[in-house]
Amino acid sequence: MDPVLIGNVVAAGMLTGLVYGLMALGLSVIFGVVRVVNFAHGEMMTVAMYAATVLFAAFKLDPFLAVLPAAVAFFVFGYGLQAGLINPFMTRPEHSQFMLLVAVAIIMVNALLMLFGPDARNVQVDYQLEAFELGPLLFDKARVYAATAAVIATALLSALFRLTLTGKAIRACADNYLGAKVVGLDVKRLYALTFGLGAVCVAIAGCAMVLLVDVTPPLGPAYTLLAFIIVIVGGLGSMTGALLGGILIGVSEALAGLVLAPSAKSMFSFGLLILVLLLRPQGLLGKRS
Amino acid sequence: MNRTAPLLAVLAVVLLALPHVVGSYALSVATLILYFAYTGQAWNVMMGFAGQLSLGHSLYVGVGAYAAGTLFYHYEIGPWAGLWLALALCVLLGLAIGFLAFRFGISGVYFALLTIAFAEFTRLGFDHADWLGGPGGMFLRVAQRDTWDLANFRGPPIMYYYTMLALAAGALALCAWLLRSRAGYYWQAIRENEEAARALGINTLRWKMLAVALSAAMTGVSGVFLAFYYNNLFPEQIFHISRSIEIILGPVIGGVGTLFGPILGAAVLTLLSEGITEALAALGWESPGVKQVFYGLVLLMVVMFLPNGIWPGLARRMGVGR
Repeated sequence: MDPVLIGNVVAAGMLTGLVYGLMALGLSVIFGVVRVVNFAHGEMMTVAMYAATVLFAAFKLDPFLAVLPAAVAFFVFGYGLQAGLINPFMTRPEHSQFMLLVAVAIIMVNALLMLFGPDARNVQVDYQLEAFELGPLLFDKARVYAATAAVIATALLSALFRLTLTGKAIRACADNYLGAKVVGLDVKRLYALTFGLGAVCVAIAGCAMVLLVDVTPPLGPAYTLLAFIIVIVGGLGSMTGALLGGILIGVSEALAGLVLAPSAKSMFSFGLLILVLLLRPQGLLGKRS
Repeated sequence: MNRTAPLLAVLAVVLLALPHVVGSYALSVATLILYFAYTGQAWNVMMGFAGQLSLGHSLYVGVGAYAAGTLFYHYEIGPWAGLWLALALCVLLGLAIGFLAFRFGISGVYFALLTIAFAEFTRLGFDHADWLGGPGGMFLRVAQRDTWDLANFRGPPIMYYYTMLALAAGALALCAWLLRSRAGYYWQAIRENEEAARALGINTLRWKMLAVALSAAMTGVSGVFLAFYYNNLFPEQIFHISRSIEIILGPVIGGVGTLFGPILGAAVLTLLSEGITEALAALGWESPGVKQVFYGLVLLMVVMFLPNGIWPGLARRMGVGR
């Protein structure tokens, strides 16, 4: 097979994978701290993607600028979701939490279906058709920008967790719930903050992703599963793990789409998920708890 | 002596008489309720009794359905032989997944995600299995539908209703017996505290695997039923994660770990779903998604305000056992 073609496919897969990684990072942060699996994660992602298309259609707002209002709105939404709905469920069994978030997911997917119908939506900006050339390789501009946004967002989030007092407090909650309470941290508020931050990751990833793929309501559940795969493969709670997991899945899906049937690409991802769960449940980069 | 037995007798009489009283639409809804009552009961064995959360039960529905469906489709072998193949495959799958997961110490959320992964993996596999129809589906020949032909499991809707009634009743009896058996007590010990159970000398691996295998086998039977009830199978539908969620909804809404919770939950949810459809149709508001939004909202309310499900509170008020 043509090495240039493979090179281009791998490059595109890596760049898309970084956006996947940012989405998954949101899930990882939420699970790592709050210990709740956000089964509405992909649905939140599609809401962000639709928000970007709406802002684009209404105000010609470039999706990279739509990131700002979307991030604010998602932070508020995530904070409210955790503070209002999920906090009372913290002591309940996992299946109860699962059902709660499944209900949220069902409402989201179908509200999108109600509002926008089943047809695919997208945004069209001129740089989507352009590409950077590097020797024989072509990098789509939209993909490069989207991946850059993902890397910047990850770096900012990482800085927030390491450098600010709030970030430190959140990490303390994740490390030792009881200890955090003992030293007087407002754990419930920190959980809500964390969920808000996870939602911001999703908002940014969604705005970036809408430049790369068309959005339909059923994309939500698919993205939820994709985020699980990436997070488990990369290692729950590991920020670089989420990005690398995203790249790994992005590249492998792109290659599987090229070598095998395009529809077989997720099969590879699920196979990888099963292997990682069995052989290295802490993920490729995770620490054993 | 409590009031459980007489109430059960009344329920049995009502359910036996039902098809002769109601129309064909109500009969299909009743069949659906019994189907969810049965699959919910099956899932409950694993989660409600043994505490192992499966979010991938569509795997066993699909494998059971395709096992019996394939034998019939390719070799004209009837569903009764297919049932054994379905049972065997589902038990093997359940044992394999259980062994792998428990052997490697996977539990809780990770176990739940593993069950999703296996179901999705299998769905995608069937999508590429052309011999089984692939994504285009497998269509079983429909011979005749007016007389009872139990040997080939062909007949009028009433036959499917009674079959499902028998299965649901059988599952209820089995679960009632299981809960009072040695296995039931071991499972509950494992559910409440696995470490302690192991310390007491319970071979937790073996009993957890038994729960998975039993739950898988019961669910596989529902797949065989589904194949011959609908006569068409699509991987995209039968293995889909929404199928797994449907199975779980009943017991969670009704009451996880209880005997009548899955039955009550199945009835409430199915009637709710049909009721919303009717109400929206009456209001002339039928754009796609509306029904599911209402359904999701009600689900949210029930999960929030009835953490243990509907049945435990109701049972106390009616003065009956669980």
